[in-house]
Amino acid sequence: MYTQAIDLPEPPGPLEAGSGPRSAQAAGAGSEAAEQERQQAFDAAIAADEKIEPQDWMPEAYRRTLVRQISQHAHSEVVGMLPEGNWITRAPSLRRKAILLAKVQDEGGHGLYLYSAAETLGVSRDEMIEALLSGKAKYSSIFNYPTLSWADMGCIGWLVDGAAIMNQIPLCRCSYGPYARAMIRICKEESFHQRQGYELMLALCRGTPAQKAMAQEALDRWWWPVVMMFGPSDAESVHSAQTMKWGIKRISNDDLRQKFVDATVPQAELLGLRIPDPDLKWNEERGHYDFGQIDWNELWRVINGDGPCNRERLETRRRAHENGAWVREAALAHARKRAARQRAA
Amino acid sequence: MSDPTKEWPLWEVYIRSKQGLEHKHCGSLHASDAQQALRMARDVYTRRLEGVSIWVVPSAAITASAPGSKDSYFEPAADKIYRHPTFYVLPDEVGHM
Repeated sequence: MYTQAIDLPEPPGPLEAGSGPRSAQAAGAGSEAAEQERQQAFDAAIAADEKIEPQDWMPEAYRRTLVRQISQHAHSEVVGMLPEGNWITRAPSLRRKAILLAKVQDEGGHGLYLYSAAETLGVSRDEMIEALLSGKAKYSSIFNYPTLSWADMGCIGWLVDGAAIMNQIPLCRCSYGPYARAMIRICKEESFHQRQGYELMLALCRGTPAQKAMAQEALDRWWWPVVMMFGPSDAESVHSAQTMKWGIKRISNDDLRQKFVDATVPQAELLGLRIPDPDLKWNEERGHYDFGQIDWNELWRVINGDGPCNRERLETRRRAHENGAWVREAALAHARKRAARQRAA
Repeated sequence: MSDPTKEWPLWEVYIRSKQGLEHKHCGSLHASDAQQALRMARDVYTRRLEGVSIWVVPSAAITASAPGSKDSYFEPAADKIYRHPTFYVLPDEVGHM
């Protein structure tokens, strides 16, 4: 079994280190009783809120769902560099340019943390890249929308990263160790992303009427796609029930969405911006904001490849991968030449 | 032409945050050789001055204890509570010890 190239000692006897119900190594003959014991040990670990680590035995379905979720999370980070990368050359000031560069750099780094976490589950980087470039793997629907004005940079930081943070903080407590640790790192870096976005919106809203109008126009375009980021409602969400049982998902889609709306409405009011939802209203009884119906057709269209930028995003990633092949080959050739020279010396 | 992406080996990255502390594992990355791994580790894992020293180790070079029975592997230590200072009750007059 692929174990990220980490060597384990020789298979042990029953009383030695390496045996015991949670060891992947002990998964030898796979008798029914042994299988049940491993499943029980796994279930007990999940119930006790313990972490599952790469070499622990885990149900095949748990492994598969994590590979899917973590790799798609990684793809989202890397594809997410594109809509913001679009404005680096046109940032209105050096300060804004440096900030945007730093943010996009961070997203690349986040992709790395997540690909690394996924690789501990026995999938290779090549397999994951192939799945993305062939269109088999998904990434967050929000990155299939275009960035049409500078104010979009503010909206993305404030709302898209804001929604991501809301989703990612509970993931820091996810049952799979490498994913949880990657999320902790990501969350630390993510908070500047949201603050710079909100600061940008503040500058526009306190600026000229044209700047404030640009900010409002951007919010009009981004609000609903951001609300859709939290995914289908709980009843329609295929994976939610199982991932919650496994301690991967901690809070439901609808609950996260509600938290996000409740937190964001006052932020918009402070900016003096109007959220484009005529049904948005504080509900005193519930203690939450009521909001309007989501157009689920749009979400499924975009997820299934028919959003404004899906084809462009994938084309860009394919070209980048192909155009970078000579760099990857050259680095390897150079490393081998140098190693040969050192051996000969 | 063989696919070069398959052949960049995996490296584990360890960072020491401050002089005097130990290196801590912070993640992994693919690189063609040790020098590149070091440079990449600096670029990816120290953007916020997280470290003063970086180690990169080929993942294949790491030997790990088997996690499955950490209970039995480490069991000998479990009943030797006399290794802990709190096992020993001293009179108050001794003062701080």
